[in-house]
Amino acid sequence: MDLSSQTSSLPTCSVSLSINGQKHDLELHPWVSLLDLLRGPLELTGTKKGCDHGQCGACTVLVDGQRVNSCLKLAVSLDGSEITTIEGLGSPENMHPMQKAFLEHDAYQCGYCTPGQICSAVGLVGEGHAHNRAEIRELMSGNLCRCGAYTNIADAIEEVMGAEAAKSNKEAAE
Amino acid sequence: MRQFSYSRAETVSDAVAALASNPEAQLLAGGTNLVDLMKYNVTRPGAIVDINRLPLKEIEDLPNGGLRIGALASNSAVAYDPRVQERYPLLSSAVLAGASAQLRNAATTGGNILQRTRCYYFYDPSTPCNKREPGSGCGAIGGVNRIQAILGASDKCIAVHPSDMCVALAALDAVVEVEGPDGKRDIPFTEFHRLPGDRPESDNTMARGEMVTAIRLEGNHFASHYTYLKLRDRLSYAFALVSVAAAMEVSSDGAIVDLRVALGGVAHKPWRDKLAEAEFAGQPANEETFRQVARRLLAGAKGQGENDFKIPLAERSIIRALKQAASGRPQDQSVKAIQ
Amino acid sequence: MLNSSKVVGLPLSRIDGPLKVTGRAKYAAEHFGPGMLQGYVLFSTIATGRIAEIDTSEAERFPGVVKVYTHENRPPAAKKDEQWKDEVAVPGHPFRPLENDRVLYDGQPIALVVADSFEAARDATSIIRVRYEAGEPHTDLKREQDNSYVPPVPRDKQMAPPPPRGNPEGAFAQAPHQISATYSLEGEYHNPMELFGTTVIFGQDGELTIYDKSQGSQNSHDTVCKIFGLDPEKVVAHNEFVGGAFGSGLRPKYQLFFAVMASLDMKRSVKVEMSRREMFYLTWRPTSIQNLSLAADAEGRLQSVMHHAMHATSQYEDYQENVANWSGLLYKCDNVKITYEITKLDVSTPGDMRAPGAATGVTALETAMDELAYEVGLDPVELRIRNFIHRDQNQDKEITSKALHACYREGAARFGWSERVMQPRSMRDGNDLVGWGMATGVWEAQLSPAEARVRLSSDGKVVVSAAASDIGTGTYTILGQIGADAFDLPLHAVSVKIGQSTLPKTAVQGGSWTAASSGSAVQVASRMVIATLLRHAQKMENSPLAKATEEQVEVADGRLVLEANHQVGVAISDIMDAAGVTFIEENGKVEPDPSIQKKFSAYTHSGVFVEVKVDEELCRPRVTRVVIAVAAGKILNPKTARSQILGGVVMGLGMALYEEGLADHRIGRIMNPNIAEYHVPAHADVEDIEVIFIEEDDDKASPIGVKGLGEIGIVGVAAAVSNAIFHATGSRIRSFPITLDKILADNLLESETVQ
Repeated sequence: MDLSSQTSSLPTCSVSLSINGQKHDLELHPWVSLLDLLRGPLELTGTKKGCDHGQCGACTVLVDGQRVNSCLKLAVSLDGSEITTIEGLGSPENMHPMQKAFLEHDAYQCGYCTPGQICSAVGLVGEGHAHNRAEIRELMSGNLCRCGAYTNIADAIEEVMGAEAAKSNKEAAE
Repeated sequence: MRQFSYSRAETVSDAVAALASNPEAQLLAGGTNLVDLMKYNVTRPGAIVDINRLPLKEIEDLPNGGLRIGALASNSAVAYDPRVQERYPLLSSAVLAGASAQLRNAATTGGNILQRTRCYYFYDPSTPCNKREPGSGCGAIGGVNRIQAILGASDKCIAVHPSDMCVALAALDAVVEVEGPDGKRDIPFTEFHRLPGDRPESDNTMARGEMVTAIRLEGNHFASHYTYLKLRDRLSYAFALVSVAAAMEVSSDGAIVDLRVALGGVAHKPWRDKLAEAEFAGQPANEETFRQVARRLLAGAKGQGENDFKIPLAERSIIRALKQAASGRPQDQSVKAIQ
Repeated sequence: MLNSSKVVGLPLSRIDGPLKVTGRAKYAAEHFGPGMLQGYVLFSTIATGRIAEIDTSEAERFPGVVKVYTHENRPPAAKKDEQWKDEVAVPGHPFRPLENDRVLYDGQPIALVVADSFEAARDATSIIRVRYEAGEPHTDLKREQDNSYVPPVPRDKQMAPPPPRGNPEGAFAQAPHQISATYSLEGEYHNPMELFGTTVIFGQDGELTIYDKSQGSQNSHDTVCKIFGLDPEKVVAHNEFVGGAFGSGLRPKYQLFFAVMASLDMKRSVKVEMSRREMFYLTWRPTSIQNLSLAADAEGRLQSVMHHAMHATSQYEDYQENVANWSGLLYKCDNVKITYEITKLDVSTPGDMRAPGAATGVTALETAMDELAYEVGLDPVELRIRNFIHRDQNQDKEITSKALHACYREGAARFGWSERVMQPRSMRDGNDLVGWGMATGVWEAQLSPAEARVRLSSDGKVVVSAAASDIGTGTYTILGQIGADAFDLPLHAVSVKIGQSTLPKTAVQGGSWTAASSGSAVQVASRMVIATLLRHAQKMENSPLAKATEEQVEVADGRLVLEANHQVGVAISDIMDAAGVTFIEENGKVEPDPSIQKKFSAYTHSGVFVEVKVDEELCRPRVTRVVIAVAAGKILNPKTARSQILGGVVMGLGMALYEEGLADHRIGRIMNPNIAEYHVPAHADVEDIEVIFIEEDDDKASPIGVKGLGEIGIVGVAAAVSNAIFHATGSRIRSFPITLDKILADNLLESETVQ
């Protein structure tokens, strides 16, 4: 897909990205951030722009399983990467456990920082460095929530971490 | 942002050549600082050389018990590496005190040591700034200077270096490995960053065309007596007002054998005074000594008005950090009570 | 009054939640039209003066750029102030983007670049060259305060200070206990996480579909129709999802103007999304300076209250908020003087920010009350209880309900307040000094005129619709609950349509009035649907409801039945079949009842209890525990209600400890216009917060007994934190935010004095 047709006088680069399991072969201007690629040409607007400078975490996505700020990534620099956005984690009909926990715990209000919070929380659980509430709070501090849902976000993450721990204990026992 | 050409370097010499051949070129690694600055039009490179494919991600054991950390190892990879946690817990702690988990996943070791100041005036291209635009003046002097330097500043620039990781690396006497058109060389960490003097545009002592390839750490005896203590305006995800990396070796009778203190948030570079540290060898590791250390380190400190508080804050922080280090109870970055 | 039922009063999850947690909810800048263009704004870098020259030639040649707008080529728009005034405009001359060469504040928009991509628009903006003739900026409130004045045109009647009563000066002079102090608060910035943005889809016949970040789609709609002289029928404005606003979206912002202007000019779809930096140039909670004098008798009874408040406004509008009137009504006092002034600065017009006025004024009042408690030697809760009054002395009216005693009692009990030692610096935990502080919160319980439509279908499904907004408040869910309650349905059987200008008329979402107003309108419309059902049922042969009145029937289990005997009734589907209809739809309307308003004032109240720990040497404060007890009438949904209060408390923590625009008055600029250096609370700053609701039965505040929760959570929080810091450290900091350097400075002063 050539997304640069209207400003075609400018140089582009070939980039191949896997986004939510779907392969995209793109011709991109090098100055396009992953965030703007997602929210603009690809119309994957679940990933949010809150500051565009790595100050808020609303744009958090998983790149090769790791949570990063998509606003500070030039899309061309991610050639060959696997990207998971909030849309790829689950749908309203088939939610990811973290999405269900956020819903249940009212871990959001306006919902704008929420996709970034959820991607970040999924990344956090995968990293395995948070073992208590203080560590959850510290390691989720890259996601600002102006509605102040932090207490509920910590509850939601604790629940999912507890469920994961219970699951792995059970598997270990078996 | 200025539009730029983009290329990917496959080898270090490719990258060095690209940098050397084009004065408008800059290297892109994690992008967490460079892309930010480009979006604010603070930095306007004409060419970006993407070095993410270079084989510089490894953290390797060195024969002397040290480690070589590749320039592209992410901040997270460094902080959570079991060897770093075991041998250089100060480094791990300092890295975890900085930025956010997302930024640490993307930011690299080389990028971290090359990050630019957070001075408000540097970040605002419509104001004068000798660092951004040599000769234009310094907006921060006489302006909003709450976050600025109290040590080593000049009448050209009062900005501070924003890194936490670098404060630990300064304390640990790391070595920066660089490679340029004339080959490879080592730069001792404390000589890597520079004070602003008359050339605040220059953050470090690398020559044009050189790039950082690794950080080297020698074996050390600080794994049980260390701390990284950071004071900032909110409890996480904020730059330091003052930070202290402290490490010491203490004899069985409680005397200081080897002392390291580096300060963040107070100067244009991580602040260390090796001569001062040496004076305290043999002194008892107690509060009175620590007070003298603090006063000695801050002897030349000078405030700018709004940031005068950093002097007593730094003094008290140094004392507390040394107490933490001496007692073997380092600050846990998730625990917000100051230990 | 609405009673708790199968759906009302239950902690149900938000019905809009699945879309939000999966990224499917579409916010203003997330809509697309064919061939859509993107706009990017250039803002001024002087605070006052004029644009001598603006050179856009290079930007116009930039690849992808379609057009650059400046004051030299802006398409025509309305000429009169009246046409620019939106639903909640303040007295003065509304700002008109690109009207002329004048610059009134730093960050004023001075050009719009429209291009075929976001990047082209952004990057071309950076090469526009501007030459200014700059004037000397006046942005320092402390330096300009001698120029303050009483606003000649009050924003509305409620906001003018009440007339003085008694003899406040004389009573002050004679009282045995007096305190008098000055409190200053730095400017705060709303910073909702969503950037202001507008997407305009240009239709084939020139009709406009507008997605605007706004707290009122009808306000956006009506304002652009007036400014551009558009046929209201050919414009639809949407705000189905709003990524936070906190007051910043009450008045339309300039990106709406720009997107519509460019769309009309080029007959193309256009999107304009702001940068975070621009979010600091829109509107703000103004910097303020307040003087408070309180006097009490030996038992702590207030003898005199004198409160003078002053805050900043812009050069072009007289922004006003109710800062000080609270001091005349929260406690009993017969000698009261309240004065209020504003001061013009070279800044953008301030605006309402969560609990506008109260968050500022009650911070000063409640810190002063704590000072008085120490002056008298009384426990701070006891002092407040001794001055309790169940009457609004400002307006000499009764109060609809005021369960503030219960807030103190329950809050104090949960917090463990009785363990508190009065003496400052008497509690510690390791290196930390521990402090416990409290404050009272108060906010108006308002009802605004609102309409709603309810449709009941023969299959039992209900659709509720209104032009209301949900800025994170839970409007979707509570309107659904009220609809479900009326027809005895589970919540999922009700769909809620809000956030569109074509829906029944609703005011902007502000002042905490949406739940009370739109909620009541839904209940009224639902009752009207039931009345229509009854009329149809009574036309049926041998109708068992033939003699029933509207008041005697309700819906239960899909049937219209007698309230007193559910055996007697008719199935809704049978009624509709008999009437030959497939649905019944009615529009309901509520407005304030003048007979109640004449006699009563309505407020929400809270008791806030805060624990801080301040490192004794390093002076770094942190809030470790908050208990807040809130009396706000009927709670429709304890889950979303709790979230509203949590949010208010967290913003209050930011106000207390972190949030301030750091200004360089030499150039009239905020130097930290970003959310790395303007610190809003992060996860690590928020330990656990406990919320207690004290339910009040109040049939006068609103027809459904709801009082609203959007603001009350923040009021008093900053004072409770400052009081706790005093209790911990003995340092009384009267300048907000209380950053560690202020505590440290006081500590150094103290140790010098001791030496």
